[in-house]
Amino acid sequence: MSTAHISARSPARRLPLHWLGILPFAAFVTLFLILPTMKIVVGAFQTPDGSFTLDNIRGLFTPSILAAYWISIKISVASALLGCLAGFAISAAVVFGGLPKGIRGPLLTFSGVASNFAGVPLAFAFLATLGPVGIVNVFLRSELGIDLRALGFNILSFWGLTITYLFFQIPLMILIITPALDGLKREWREAASILGATGFQYWRMVAFPILLPSILGTLALLFANAFGAVATAIALTGSSLSIVPILLFAQIRGDVLGNPHLGYALAFGMIVVTGVANAIYIWLRARSERWLK
Amino acid sequence: MKKIWAWGALLFGILYFTLPLVGMTNFSLKMRRGEYSFEAYARVFGDPRFQETFTYSVTQALFTIVFGVLLVVPTAYWIRLKLPGLRPYVEFVTLLPLVIPAIVIVFGYIRLYNTSSWLPLTGSAFGTNILLMFGYATLALPYMYRAVDTGLRTIDVATLTEAAQSLGAGWTTILARIILPNVLVAVLSGAFLTFAIVIGEFTMAALLNRPAFGPYMQLLGANRAYEPAALAVIAFGITWGCLGLIQLVSRFQKSAPPKA
Amino acid sequence: MSFLSLTNIKKSFGPVQVVHDFDMGIEKGEFVSFLGPSGCGKTTILRMIAGFETPSDGTITIDGKDQGSLKPNQRNIGMVFQAYALFPNMNVHDNVAFGLKVAGASRSEIDTRVKQMLGLIKLDHLADRFPYQMSGGQQQRVALARALAVKPQVLLLDEPLSALDAKIRVSLREEIRQIQQQLGITTVFVTHDQEEALSISDRIVVMNAGRADQIGTPFEIYNTPATRFVASFVGTLNIIEAKVTDPAAGTVMVGDQSVILAEPIANLKGGDTISLALRPEAGSIAESASGDTSLVGEVESTNFLGSVIRTRLRVGNDLISFDMFNNPGVVPPSYGESVKLRFAAKDLLVIRE
Repeated sequence: MSTAHISARSPARRLPLHWLGILPFAAFVTLFLILPTMKIVVGAFQTPDGSFTLDNIRGLFTPSILAAYWISIKISVASALLGCLAGFAISAAVVFGGLPKGIRGPLLTFSGVASNFAGVPLAFAFLATLGPVGIVNVFLRSELGIDLRALGFNILSFWGLTITYLFFQIPLMILIITPALDGLKREWREAASILGATGFQYWRMVAFPILLPSILGTLALLFANAFGAVATAIALTGSSLSIVPILLFAQIRGDVLGNPHLGYALAFGMIVVTGVANAIYIWLRARSERWLK
Repeated sequence: MKKIWAWGALLFGILYFTLPLVGMTNFSLKMRRGEYSFEAYARVFGDPRFQETFTYSVTQALFTIVFGVLLVVPTAYWIRLKLPGLRPYVEFVTLLPLVIPAIVIVFGYIRLYNTSSWLPLTGSAFGTNILLMFGYATLALPYMYRAVDTGLRTIDVATLTEAAQSLGAGWTTILARIILPNVLVAVLSGAFLTFAIVIGEFTMAALLNRPAFGPYMQLLGANRAYEPAALAVIAFGITWGCLGLIQLVSRFQKSAPPKA
Repeated sequence: MSFLSLTNIKKSFGPVQVVHDFDMGIEKGEFVSFLGPSGCGKTTILRMIAGFETPSDGTITIDGKDQGSLKPNQRNIGMVFQAYALFPNMNVHDNVAFGLKVAGASRSEIDTRVKQMLGLIKLDHLADRFPYQMSGGQQQRVALARALAVKPQVLLLDEPLSALDAKIRVSLREEIRQIQQQLGITTVFVTHDQEEALSISDRIVVMNAGRADQIGTPFEIYNTPATRFVASFVGTLNIIEAKVTDPAAGTVMVGDQSVILAEPIANLKGGDTISLALRPEAGSIAESASGDTSLVGEVESTNFLGSVIRTRLRVGNDLISFDMFNNPGVVPPSYGESVKLRFAAKDLLVIRE
């Protein structure tokens, strides 16, 4: 009540009072999102006694840490790309493929569940499936005489992790891209067709460019999603696969690198990588989206 | 021709998504040699550590939901009503937790709120619980905010507010009796999603050393063979339950008569 | 054979037949409108010409060539949609160029043709705009240019004006007609707006429940509607229920007043009811008005519509509207006043069901 009275009486004092309304939110975000992140960024350039240094960053450029970043990026890129591709195919099959209408609802519901089914239990599910005594391995060995292990497949590897991550990446893509596919108007396809375009030309010149911003956004999101995934990786591999989140986890737990500030640098590197991924996304999106409001 | 690739894509999807579920279910039932049994489930449910950590995580989830609702609903409402110019910025900030890995955020917490800092939250178990709850609220922020903001879009915030004000309602009344009931479905979907996230969360709880369900699952996975599969089935069931409830409430809203 | 000919076309969606035995020939350069309420089958016929729907039976030929086996992208047809359907990711130039580009035209060819088209619709200055930056009317003109750029044999317009404001609707329909005549392109126009159809067509097909009730020039359709549906759908029409007194003499009773029709009444006997139609503009209450027939009625309401004043008279159980031009020197009749409406007997049409 008092706010309304004052704002009606004196416009000059309106602004500060309006801003008060988001103070709790601003305080929370500052304290528990911005400041902690800033602490990492600043810490990455500090010595333990607080003076400026580049040594921490330099410390990242050792073969083992670089290798960890590289495999992390590879897994994230692979699982994001494959997730986009498979999710797009499944979504397109349901939206355009002439499949029964009844499939759509259950698919979206299941995608909602599966995209949230990450972390420790997901790792268990894949161990029980593709692990040494998993259902697929056992089946292939006993029924077809194929030994995946002998063929070089190991769940605790680049491909093992990628395949596991796809379990939450594909559904996320489906959830995001299905509304976008629904947004493609029938008239666009018909207009293209009546102007002489083949189905392929329609997709290349009209549908794909229209979808591109959504696809790029999803790619960036899937990348960050995989890059920061700690729980799945730890539960799946213990610490046998050296990817950045596992390395950082071990560093926070017990300072395995011998320099507490190297941990800052490691975390800062993660922010930089996801930040770069998003910068690329924003740049590509700006280029592909000139036609949007 | 077109139908073939469509069915092919769908079939691939079904195979990829059912195999792990079948695998874990199958594995969870094979604890007794040579027969299917619920032995693994019995062991899990009988484990006092399971009961403790599960209770802890459920409590955390409930507190996170209450805190999240109290934080997000007034903010989203206020921004729609008075500060629409800020919306893109606030939206950007709420999406940050999707970009900044949780492990980085919690690392920041540990260094920022340690025993020698100005706000030594990690100094006591209670303080750490609070900190963990804030962490969960941060992780859930993108989902909660989007859900509530979408819900607010469907109602005419300004008119409802003016109508309530003209009848003499104060801000608390407006929020609690007008806005919240109108976006209840959106809030509930955000709440169920938050619940699903908190129950399974591992990184923050493990690094803050709290006895939560996620770290318990990981510990069990490292030491046992069959119980983890049973746990995975249970966790999947919980996720299904939460998402199913979201479906249920949103369907309820669709079938409800439109508000004038 | 006509340039565009539709022979014995039938179309069913599942158990529902939406087009019944449709036959029509459209000459080269002709502008034909399909007029009817929604669900009458007019859009379905248009979509069959375009190739988006396949007729359940019958043939469609253009310039003697059977279109049955051709996909939409193999037919040489231009189409404009109700919702513009411009490609949102392309600017005006690229939208207009699209058909030429997929046809493999050279860059210089495309540029020349696009310039020519944009000149035709007078939007040369907007070539770099994206669809979202333009008004609905501008978008629809671009859509027209896009459809015409590929030099189609037939132009199809699917309710192209329905999404626009009233003012733009009138100016754009004049522009469409002018461009159509300038290019001499055979055009099929689908609309539910009778005024639109009457104003720009060479011929109109009035559709009702999947059948053509009448095909004719706007003049014929308006003045001599073939069915009660056509009469009521096109223009405002008074339907008067009357009782036949003497079929041979053509006399009927409207309420308690006797009226003599222009012709004897066939197939009816004394005491039967008959429906008569009278256009609002056919009658007049001025003393000097000519007319061999008249009805006396009481004024129910008077509506001032600008250039005309529409008055409703109660005659027996019927309400009859008539229009008079606005004249500052003449005071319109007022409520309750008793007036005499004069008209020519030949304007009173007998409606066959």
